[in-house]
Amino acid sequence: MRIRLRFAKLGKVRFTSHRDVARMWERALRRLELPVAYTEGFSPRPKLSFGLALSTGHESLAEYLDVELREEPDLTTLPEQLSTQLPVGIDVTAAVPLAPGSPSLQEDVTSCTWRIEAQGLEPAETESLVIAALAADELVITRTRKGKEVTDDLRPAVLAVHTVGPTPAGTELEAELAVHPRSVRPAELLLALRPGLTEGRVLRTAQWIWRDDARREPVATARPLREDLDVRRRFAAAEQRPHPALGPAFAVSGSG
Amino acid sequence: MSSLWPQLEPLLGQVQKPARYIGCEDGAQTPEHAAGKVAWLLTYPDTYEIGLPNQGLQILYEILNERPDAVAERSYAPWTDLEVLLRAHGLPLFSVDTHRPARDFDVLAFNLSAELVYTNVLNCIDLAGIPLHQADRTDDDPFVAAGGHCTYNPEPLADFLDFVVLGDGEEVVSEITDVLRDTQGQPRAARLRALADVTGVYVPSLYDVTYDGPRVAAMTPKPGAPALVEKRTIADLADWPYPKQQLVPLTEVVHDRLNVEVFRGCTRGCRFCQAGMITRPVRERPADQVRHMIQSGLRRTGYDEVALTSLSTADFSGIEDVVEEVAGCGDVSVSLPSLRVDAFTVGIAASIQKARRTGLTFAPEAGTWRMRRVINKLINENDLFSAVDSAFNQGWRRVKLYFLIGLPTETDEDTLGIAALARQCVAIGKKYNRSASVTVSVGGFVPKAFTPFQWFGQNTMQELQRKVNLLRDDLRHERGVQLKWHDPKATMAEGIASRGDRRIGAVVEHVWRNGGVFQEWSEHFRLDLWLDGLAAAGLRPEDVVYRHRTEDEVLPWDHLSAGLHKDFLWQDWRDALDELGLEDCRWTPCYDCGACTGYSIEHVVASATPPAGGSQGTGQPVELRPRIPA
Repeated sequence: MRIRLRFAKLGKVRFTSHRDVARMWERALRRLELPVAYTEGFSPRPKLSFGLALSTGHESLAEYLDVELREEPDLTTLPEQLSTQLPVGIDVTAAVPLAPGSPSLQEDVTSCTWRIEAQGLEPAETESLVIAALAADELVITRTRKGKEVTDDLRPAVLAVHTVGPTPAGTELEAELAVHPRSVRPAELLLALRPGLTEGRVLRTAQWIWRDDARREPVATARPLREDLDVRRRFAAAEQRPHPALGPAFAVSGSG
Repeated sequence: MSSLWPQLEPLLGQVQKPARYIGCEDGAQTPEHAAGKVAWLLTYPDTYEIGLPNQGLQILYEILNERPDAVAERSYAPWTDLEVLLRAHGLPLFSVDTHRPARDFDVLAFNLSAELVYTNVLNCIDLAGIPLHQADRTDDDPFVAAGGHCTYNPEPLADFLDFVVLGDGEEVVSEITDVLRDTQGQPRAARLRALADVTGVYVPSLYDVTYDGPRVAAMTPKPGAPALVEKRTIADLADWPYPKQQLVPLTEVVHDRLNVEVFRGCTRGCRFCQAGMITRPVRERPADQVRHMIQSGLRRTGYDEVALTSLSTADFSGIEDVVEEVAGCGDVSVSLPSLRVDAFTVGIAASIQKARRTGLTFAPEAGTWRMRRVINKLINENDLFSAVDSAFNQGWRRVKLYFLIGLPTETDEDTLGIAALARQCVAIGKKYNRSASVTVSVGGFVPKAFTPFQWFGQNTMQELQRKVNLLRDDLRHERGVQLKWHDPKATMAEGIASRGDRRIGAVVEHVWRNGGVFQEWSEHFRLDLWLDGLAAAGLRPEDVVYRHRTEDEVLPWDHLSAGLHKDFLWQDWRDALDELGLEDCRWTPCYDCGACTGYSIEHVVASATPPAGGSQGTGQPVELRPRIPA
């Protein structure tokens, strides 16, 4: 059977890479002695499948992992059990069974919502940049790919963006960015707003599956957000600095 | 002072591999600093990826944190990108556990495992905000200390270190902590005097050196300092089942697996090998303790690989049983980092590496039997060929062979013997597999302190390069043999530091001041800085590196002792020149090298007989064997 896990990646551990996180999971699953299914062949690997990679340095409240198991575990206690086997900052918030034949995360997820700190910008200035961007027909950025300069129009991929409020180092934005045809990075949105604008803290708050003009999260039964905020408060205290995303409750505005 | 994390955090988004600076490993301690506690910052002077797995550092980290009156944290050399940012923001070297500044600690203690990290040691002291020279430090400055294999000739770093620890650290680290705790508030000079009374602790500033041209004329202890500083040896590894909580890093490091030390010390007696000479005698860990450490370690860490570490793991008594048990407990792979060259060993390797038989590594070290008798690496061609035959026969497709060039008495025939052996090994492999290949890896020999070869003048850079070229030309058309070699320039720089006296301190400082950090990394290595530094100090490679030392000469480390009698080493050097081998004293009568007798300890070996397989002996008539006392 396959199960889908939802987890957060917050605090110091955000500086680990996607590959690092995969290894942490392999060790945690072995420590719990879960009946994970393994690939065949000379070097069997556990059958794990991660969704979108999270860039090193970014935090997230909505990471997902599908695991294939040989028998069904107790899914109610699993998030807690797994969290104790993972490093501080990786917190498992939900575990649900997947129906046979369900599409993979890679196939299903269409967009992500981000909290993005734009460094050195005042909220009012940010607001005018956001209004201009949303009004524009195209948002062209130039990036280097395989040593060549390529230009891209980001506008179709920017599904929503608005200003949240000031942070110690700038202004926080919330944006929903599409994953197809390619995953738009938060830093690219900032470049589209104004060349030279750089990101501070970045937090992925949700991944979305758009279907029939409605969107839902890959795991609908996540533990209440209160728990997530609790995790985040713990970090904020440990790091002696409030997290920029600990602002007002976030309501997503606009849609594609 | 509190944590630097708020200042460091914004910088980590701008550097490569930021995970190496965050700590948070499984097994990391949460040290609680308090007034009166002795605080150690255990520092590995190379990157986190290289330093984290270091078992010595992890052992001391646990032992110190178990004490109520001490705390220990860890630090690693920041990579060049972070160093630039730290200096630009006025931030110091920091611990990865609680991100405290290095100056908050009482001791900045370095692990020295290789000479080319010396310039990183200077860089770390400077980044810590501690005066570089020990003479300039005040009562308010932390002590700067070092331990590890390179401390058997610590003289090139004597000007920068307050104290140096010789030998096993398990016991002495606590004795040093006692002294530092009991002398708090006293002047620095008094505390250093007190430290010099601890056996195994060397305080370089308590010794005056005079020179006679390229040689040391005399090392004179100041009043009260011991004339000879002895190394420390723990009698029984069973008393020290450390690390109990091996660190599991969150990011990729070398040797990323569970490591269990099965024995310490080696008496095979290879004459080029400093590790084997300075860690005598052999002390095996009881097999039951090994089993327990493997089982509990795998359960705790979640690793699926365990390495049984030592200087020659196939020599562990009962190795077959231990390996069989581990291999039997599921999806766990076992690695033996140091394989002996014989068919028996390959059998063990086969039993643990059931899948993916890609490469197997042996170290015959020299190309001819004559040369191997000189270096006392007593492997005959049958041993090697049967090992290689057995490896290819059991499905391995590639065999890697390690060799040294620039050994004493080496002729071109010996050098080319390496190519001949490689060819024969390929031919053996072709019997089983058409794509069989042999990788030959060649390193330049650097003589080390407290070995029989400490008197030998190192080959010049040009001579080493000529020998590499000989091999390269000879193997040019040999499909199936791949030749790799260590850069003779790096061998030269290592030679400057390995047997240098205190005057080499100025050379190390010159290299560092001109930006020469991370000298073990080929992209940063700068031989020109080392040669400029030598010239600026009025020294010549001919004297420091290439010169044969004489019997009556005072060696820069003569005031230190690894237990080995100097006359034993000299006799072993003469025997080497006479091509006489010396048997392993673990299973044959004692020849009194001094390592046991001097400290009233002995081998701890479960089996009274040598392991099966291999020729084991010297292969020489009994009457030719040197000096075994009746």
